[in-house]
Amino acid sequence: MLNALIGRKIGMTRFFTESGENVPVTVIQAGPCVVTQVKTEDTDGYSAVQLGFEEVKARRSTMPVIGHDHRANSAPLGVHREFRVDDADVELGDRLDVSVFEDTKFVDVVGTSKGKGFQGGMKRHNFRGLEASHGVKRKHRHPGSIGGHSSNLGTGPKIKKGKRMAGHMGHERVTVRSLEVISIDPEKNLILVKGPVPGPADGIVMVRGAVRLYKTKARIAKAG
Amino acid sequence: MSKQSIIEGVTADQLRDPADFPQFSVGDTIDVHVRIIEGDKERVQVYQGVLIAERGRGVNRTITVRRIVANEGVERIFPLHSPRIAKIEVVRRGDARRAKLYFLRSRVGKARRLRDQRRGLKHTS
Repeated sequence: MLNALIGRKIGMTRFFTESGENVPVTVIQAGPCVVTQVKTEDTDGYSAVQLGFEEVKARRSTMPVIGHDHRANSAPLGVHREFRVDDADVELGDRLDVSVFEDTKFVDVVGTSKGKGFQGGMKRHNFRGLEASHGVKRKHRHPGSIGGHSSNLGTGPKIKKGKRMAGHMGHERVTVRSLEVISIDPEKNLILVKGPVPGPADGIVMVRGAVRLYKTKARIAKAG
Repeated sequence: MSKQSIIEGVTADQLRDPADFPQFSVGDTIDVHVRIIEGDKERVQVYQGVLIAERGRGVNRTITVRRIVANEGVERIFPLHSPRIAKIEVVRRGDARRAKLYFLRSRVGKARRLRDQRRGLKHTS
């Protein structure tokens, strides 16, 4: 079965394991989700599964969405997300809930990070800034020299593309990989993962079985 | 269901029975019996000190216990609902007029002691 769901981040708390270990956990209310579209190599050029989450009132939706979700035998849904998978093993209209994570040890969580607004180079790219003294004046948080005027081809009229500078920070798609699943509660549609996940409380997150584990976690998964 | 109540529902069965612990308050000298796991062996260590702060609610409730070890102040923060805490005993009830006794950190020697809650028994150490 496809082990992927859309959910909402509820918040963080602590969890004591049986041995008394104190584990920081994020509570995610995930699913139930509806399979609203199955994309295949033949029809779409790639294979993926689209899930829908959270019913909305029809008058808050649009006709195209209502029709799209109706094909999956579902009321209009507020959130649709796509998961790239081969061999999805699901069909249009299937309902998924947290129990798909029953045998999953580690998950990846994809979310939209908190927006930080327009930020300088020090906060945005971890630049060091200039010195606090030794004659530095009014430029203590400066990014420093941004290089000469050169294009990617050589010299030119502009700064190099992709030069790291001040700008909008946060509010972007962030994936955290290999989070341990501490427990699931199919009755309340809750999944508890170890550690923080991107975005604010109430934010939409995608939870999927870990695609590729970090080395240490792969060792843990193999051992038990 | 609000987010708060969902989280409370998750942690509800983690909370320890209030009857597990005696009544204690900031200023008391308490014994905290801590389960220590070494390999597959488990033993209980007693940590005695003055309760100088309580904070948090629900499963996040913690207590800060200060004691003097080899002339050096040591503060340990215990999550109250941790299964690693075997037992808490009140050794002496101290008289504290404030919720956080951080002023004890700057006190040296006899001034460190708190008045016993039973008035009249001043400065029992």
